Amino acid sequence: MASPIPPTIAVSASAQSAAKPALLSIQHVAKSFGRNAVLRNVSLEIAEGEFLTILGESGSGKTTLLRIVAGFETATSGELWMGPERLDHQPPYRRRVNTVFQSYALFPHLTVEENVGYGLRVAKRPAAEIAQRVAEALDKVKMTAHAKAKPSKISGGQQQRVALARALVNRPRLLLLDEPLSALDANLRRQMQVELKSLQREVGIAFVFVTHDQEEAMVMSDRIALLRSGELEQVATPREIYSRPATAYVAQFIGHTNLLKGEVQGGIVRCAALAWPAPLPEGPVLLSLRPEHVRLAGPGASGTGVVRIRGRVMHQAFHGATELIRVECADRLLLVVRTASGGVVQSEVELEFSAADAVQVRESPERI
Amino acid sequence: MFSRAYKTVVTVPPLLWVTVFLLVPYLLMFCYSFWSVSPAQAIVHSWNLENYKELLQKTVYWQTLLRSMWIAARVMVFSLLLGYPLAYFLSFYAGRRKDLLYQMVIIPLWVSYLVRAYAWKTILGSDGVLNTLLQYVHLTRHPLDFLLYSPFAVVLTLTHIYTPFTFLPIYAALEHIPRNLVEASHDLGANPVQTFWKVIFPLSIPGVVAGATFAFVLSLGDFLAPLLLGGPSGIMISNIVVSLFGAAYNWPLGAAISLGMLVIVVSLLFLSERLEKKWSFS
Repeated sequence: MASPIPPTIAVSASAQSAAKPALLSIQHVAKSFGRNAVLRNVSLEIAEGEFLTILGESGSGKTTLLRIVAGFETATSGELWMGPERLDHQPPYRRRVNTVFQSYALFPHLTVEENVGYGLRVAKRPAAEIAQRVAEALDKVKMTAHAKAKPSKISGGQQQRVALARALVNRPRLLLLDEPLSALDANLRRQMQVELKSLQREVGIAFVFVTHDQEEAMVMSDRIALLRSGELEQVATPREIYSRPATAYVAQFIGHTNLLKGEVQGGIVRCAALAWPAPLPEGPVLLSLRPEHVRLAGPGASGTGVVRIRGRVMHQAFHGATELIRVECADRLLLVVRTASGGVVQSEVELEFSAADAVQVRESPERI
Repeated sequence: MFSRAYKTVVTVPPLLWVTVFLLVPYLLMFCYSFWSVSPAQAIVHSWNLENYKELLQKTVYWQTLLRSMWIAARVMVFSLLLGYPLAYFLSFYAGRRKDLLYQMVIIPLWVSYLVRAYAWKTILGSDGVLNTLLQYVHLTRHPLDFLLYSPFAVVLTLTHIYTPFTFLPIYAALEHIPRNLVEASHDLGANPVQTFWKVIFPLSIPGVVAGATFAFVLSLGDFLAPLLLGGPSGIMISNIVVSLFGAAYNWPLGAAISLGMLVIVVSLLFLSERLEKKWSFS
């Protein structure tokens, strides 16, 4: 029954990252293409050495935000600051920011080695230094053996490493990664997630990583900025965003959840046939209850602060280590329960959850 | 997948076409180049190398060939100098006007070659538009006579006519360059000039080679522009071929020159093919 996310750690981790000085400050950035508003009033701070993930569905504006930071797009309004320096007035080639492109964008007419050395060559570094730094960078991403190959002769995973080396060799203050793993197959992808994260710790450069994959975001990030229809929904550590989702959208986007719509009256939450005491303000309330926080109740009475309900099993889905069971309770209340895999359950079950695990979330406003 | 009958129906007509209108004429020309003309103006079907000997010995043919190549080379350079910036501008900076501007480059190709050549005649002639204007503003007192009936007029006209042919493959090559390569270059600290020379230009080389080949080969074989605007000093090798097949009635010698031209052109095409391959990456 153990909940995988102890909330205490989440709080301390967020306090820690907030204490670091901001490397990049995105202030009230908005972007429209014609009448189509892609970003509206996005403000975000990225700390030195931080791994920040911009997470969002396709069309949420995450790539546009990254392109504005890189300098490929100009914000309609808002400012970018890197320390005392205004970044959004600089052309991309003057920003100490490098990008790993989604399709890698390796120069097809140059060898792996020449690709990696490109930034140093245009910066007119001495030849000996270029050779040394390129060799180091290739070594770091384990591509030394392919130094003389053209990009078309190496695999997608290898191209990805070269793209990474080509960006990191310039020692940027900030590295932007635009869904760099999306073209890789699942196994390689998981492997690269781990490698990328450890590489980031090793080089100590701040990474801004764009993805639509919430699992990837959870595994790699120090903080996640969840973008929805051009606005930030929540910015928090993975643990915090999971255990304390700010809105119904966040709760649903990150992992599974049960959204319970209820009413608070005199310190009692009423939701369908359920009722339990909770210190919440009066009026309508929306609660998120993670499936792993609901369990099949054993016989006998339960402790204080535990809510019990009976229901009929509608569907049981096997997920390997766990199973998801859909249970219909009284008043058509549907609850999804995550249990450790333990074979087929009977058709009638008794469920229980701690009242404290039902977290209040804001209704997500409609945006077009 | 397709029946035998279907395959036959679709392959035979083109094969027949190529045989009758291409292979047979070339074969005939090849034979003619080893024959000769009798004093009585009859073709003598006896095999000999006299035509080729004459070509190698008489300097007039060499001079005309060299002049033709020099004219073609200048046309090639000028149409690259005009076509490349135009293609670059259209591909990278024209934005929404791209399609309109592209059509404007293409439309002159629909106008007859003769019309365009005659247009230059009226512009460059001694009482033409340009000379009248120059005298009107008192820049010159007498008409400039090097404007028309000179290699200058030929180069100018051919450049005008063949620049779209140079523009098209360069434009196609530039359009094929993924724009994220340009972004990657900027991202890595290269300014627009560095990006042009290190990324855009190298990746457009196949288009440049194709465009240069078009301009050079088409100009080298041209005979109308020198005929209409070249005057005696602007004669090109094809004019000699035309007169040998016409008034001079020496088909064997004309065939020999044509065959020589064919060898030059085919070698050029072969060379340009090799160059394009060397600079293509996909």
